[in-house]
Amino acid sequence: MKRDLLLFAGFSLLVMMAPQFFRGSYLMNVLVFVGINTMLAIALNLLLGYAGQISLGHAGFFGLGAYVSGIMTTTFSVNPWVAMPVAAIVVGGLAFLIGFPILKLKGHYLAMATLGLGIIFYITFNETYEWTGGPSGLSEIPNLQVGGIIFNSDVKNFYLIWGVTLAVMLFALNLANSRVGRALRAVHDSEIAAQVLGVNARLLKVQIFALSAIICSLAGSLYAHTMTFISPTSFGFNFSIELLTMVVIGGLGSIYGSFLGAALLTLLPEILRGANDYDIVIYGGLLVVMVMYMPGGLVRGISALYRKFVKQKPETGHA
Amino acid sequence: MQFDQILQYTLSGLSTGAIYALIGIGFSIIYNATGIINFAQGEFVMLGGLFTLSCLEFLKLPLWAAIPCAIAASTLVGILFERLAIRPLKQPTPINLVIITIGGSILIRGIAMLVWGKDTHSVPPFSGDTPIAIGGATILPQHLWIFAITLIIIFLNKVYFYHTISGKAMRACSYNRRAAGLVGIDVRRMVLFSFIISSAMGAVAGIIIAPLTMTAYDVGVMLGLKGFCAAIIGGMSSGLSTVIGGLILGVLESLGAGLISSGYKDAIAFIILLLILFIRPQGLFGKSNSERV
Amino acid sequence: MLEVSGIIQIFGGVTALDAVSFSVAKGDITGVIGPNGAGKTTLFNIISGIYRQTAGTVLLEGKNVTGFPPERLARLAMVRTFQNIELFGGMTVLENVMVGMHTKSSSGLLACALKIPWSVSEERRIREGAAKWLEFTGILDLSDHAADSLSFGKGRLLEIARALAALPRIILMDEPAAGLNSQETLALAQLIKRIRDLGITVVLVEHDMELVMDICDRIVVLNLGRKLAEGTPREIQESPEVIAAYLGDDD
Repeated sequence: MKRDLLLFAGFSLLVMMAPQFFRGSYLMNVLVFVGINTMLAIALNLLLGYAGQISLGHAGFFGLGAYVSGIMTTTFSVNPWVAMPVAAIVVGGLAFLIGFPILKLKGHYLAMATLGLGIIFYITFNETYEWTGGPSGLSEIPNLQVGGIIFNSDVKNFYLIWGVTLAVMLFALNLANSRVGRALRAVHDSEIAAQVLGVNARLLKVQIFALSAIICSLAGSLYAHTMTFISPTSFGFNFSIELLTMVVIGGLGSIYGSFLGAALLTLLPEILRGANDYDIVIYGGLLVVMVMYMPGGLVRGISALYRKFVKQKPETGHA
Repeated sequence: MQFDQILQYTLSGLSTGAIYALIGIGFSIIYNATGIINFAQGEFVMLGGLFTLSCLEFLKLPLWAAIPCAIAASTLVGILFERLAIRPLKQPTPINLVIITIGGSILIRGIAMLVWGKDTHSVPPFSGDTPIAIGGATILPQHLWIFAITLIIIFLNKVYFYHTISGKAMRACSYNRRAAGLVGIDVRRMVLFSFIISSAMGAVAGIIIAPLTMTAYDVGVMLGLKGFCAAIIGGMSSGLSTVIGGLILGVLESLGAGLISSGYKDAIAFIILLLILFIRPQGLFGKSNSERV
Repeated sequence: MLEVSGIIQIFGGVTALDAVSFSVAKGDITGVIGPNGAGKTTLFNIISGIYRQTAGTVLLEGKNVTGFPPERLARLAMVRTFQNIELFGGMTVLENVMVGMHTKSSSGLLACALKIPWSVSEERRIREGAAKWLEFTGILDLSDHAADSLSFGKGRLLEIARALAALPRIILMDEPAAGLNSQETLALAQLIKRIRDLGITVVLVEHDMELVMDICDRIVVLNLGRKLAEGTPREIQESPEVIAAYLGDDD
């Protein structure tokens, strides 16, 4: 317990000190994206890593959050601080309703159904151009503002995004090691045994699906208000796959792993700049290699190596 | 006028529907033999078209020789995929299989992009492009090729599954994999066979449609998903129901695009997909309960 | 305590259970026995809400619970264990038992994620309660081991501890002695008696006749989907129908 808290405090401290080490608006901007992707990866991980339910449509919830926020603040001039929770409620409510029929499906079928859902969202973003601006996007979305501070510079955005990301992380870490988190993992391992012990598996899965969508919506709203411009290409099928890759690389059921996966996949294209065309090949290769050789993900793989050499007693907790 | 239009949309819908059917049968064959939904199925459609192009342009082969070469090359990729990604998997849980077939499909697509570039390529039609009038509508000779080849493939499929030892063994696997193993059927071999057959069928689908729609490294994604949709409508059968599923989907899409809005054309397939999965997961024509719910 | 009446189960034209009725008295250990294919596990699956029967009713403490899903039955204090133990393999032994306390705790999703003070104290209560049940079954020393690293015998004890953590008034055990060696079976017999001594009603399906005859207060015998006999162990041992069924005698 103490150790977990210490780890999180240390991690937060490192994150908050990052602007001291990485200067320049380009780097700050990349780190802002790492934060947004970390939130999204954690959202998907709660569903996939803990409850064991796959989604290939999470980019859709991310996009929906961004568009609800974007349209409310531009077309209807609503305050962003009002638009964000409204978006979260809309997206969460929608996910809750879709959750009942969709989570009846298992495995491959759930994957295909969520994929279809994501594509329907994507097509809707493109086609309802009176609202969304269609393929050319929605621009001049207002920045967030607290008192006199407008979040319009890279450093300010960094603190805004990472403040929320750390809160989401803590939220997820707490959830993972709690009554509800255990029930989720129980459903994952043996749905029937969990039910016999009184866990309402169906409702729990739908709840976590909705929660996951709400986190995506929050990330989407923040994305819209920091970038001030959104277009459908950021919310397509490929991005859902990218999120899946982040979660798998970091490790299913590992919250810090989701950060690691998000960081790697956000930085990789930046490092490979120039070799731009290769990144799609690398994503595919990474997915295949990870599932085959390190199915527990990087964090667990690394800590297994660490134990092998430093020899500690076996670790069993979830972090 | 209105009737001619509907006839026109229906005819072109039927030809795309035939393609969806071929891809859908590919999905079903692998699913029935292995329980895997192969997310990389669409990539074989893309490979079929692009390999044909390379055979024609780089190897300067005539069309009748280019097509079998392209099918063989795509099938080889299918074999490699099964050997290198599916078979070595240590924990073949549904989620791991989904991830690995998605990973494989991205990898194949990415390599195709490096080989053939991002451009859209055109492939010449098999026998000219003089339109043929049918009632008030017209179709191209390529449409006839599509119908004819689809019929032949479905016939060959039937012969294979019902009149050859290996086809019967494959059907046994689809009923009960363990029992099939116990009576001496080499189940792993059947898994490989299923990948061979469905990658070849995917490639054929890609080859016959390429002259109509052009082809590029990323055409496999949508075609693959539509094919899956056809298979779901047909209840994952590797026979007639999936063919009908494909045709229904093709026609609905074509009518929807023509009469309502072309922008939502792709959404139609996915709305049908979700409705079927929610309401009749056993497919439109199926009656048995199955484990997908 | 538990009253089963007229249970009929038909699977695709095959009658697996044909009008089975019996009742279980509070505080008893009741054994359900019968040759393979008699329908014992099917009966358990129906009582515990996993299958929906073709006809018949189940009364739990006088309340009609026919068709209730398993999670509702757990809230009404009926839990079960499985023949091929169903553990949460990715979790520790202690965490497994903590899931058992699910119905006896109430922190929701937000309370857990925000670590609201009362959910923190509830978490402590869950942890202590779980440890108590591990001690009861004698595997407290394995608390931090991964559940999937346990031997089959220890796994069985864990499954029982997990079920007890739900504070049931009635527990159904599907072949608890299956896969155990003779020493483990002896210990299991003692454990089941201690569970009964806590005031918990026990119903078990079992093949091990020695165990059944030793610990059960009453026995129900099924054969080919029908109830063949019901009575005390002595009555059952002397029943000509039961002897005929077990020796494979034709009618």
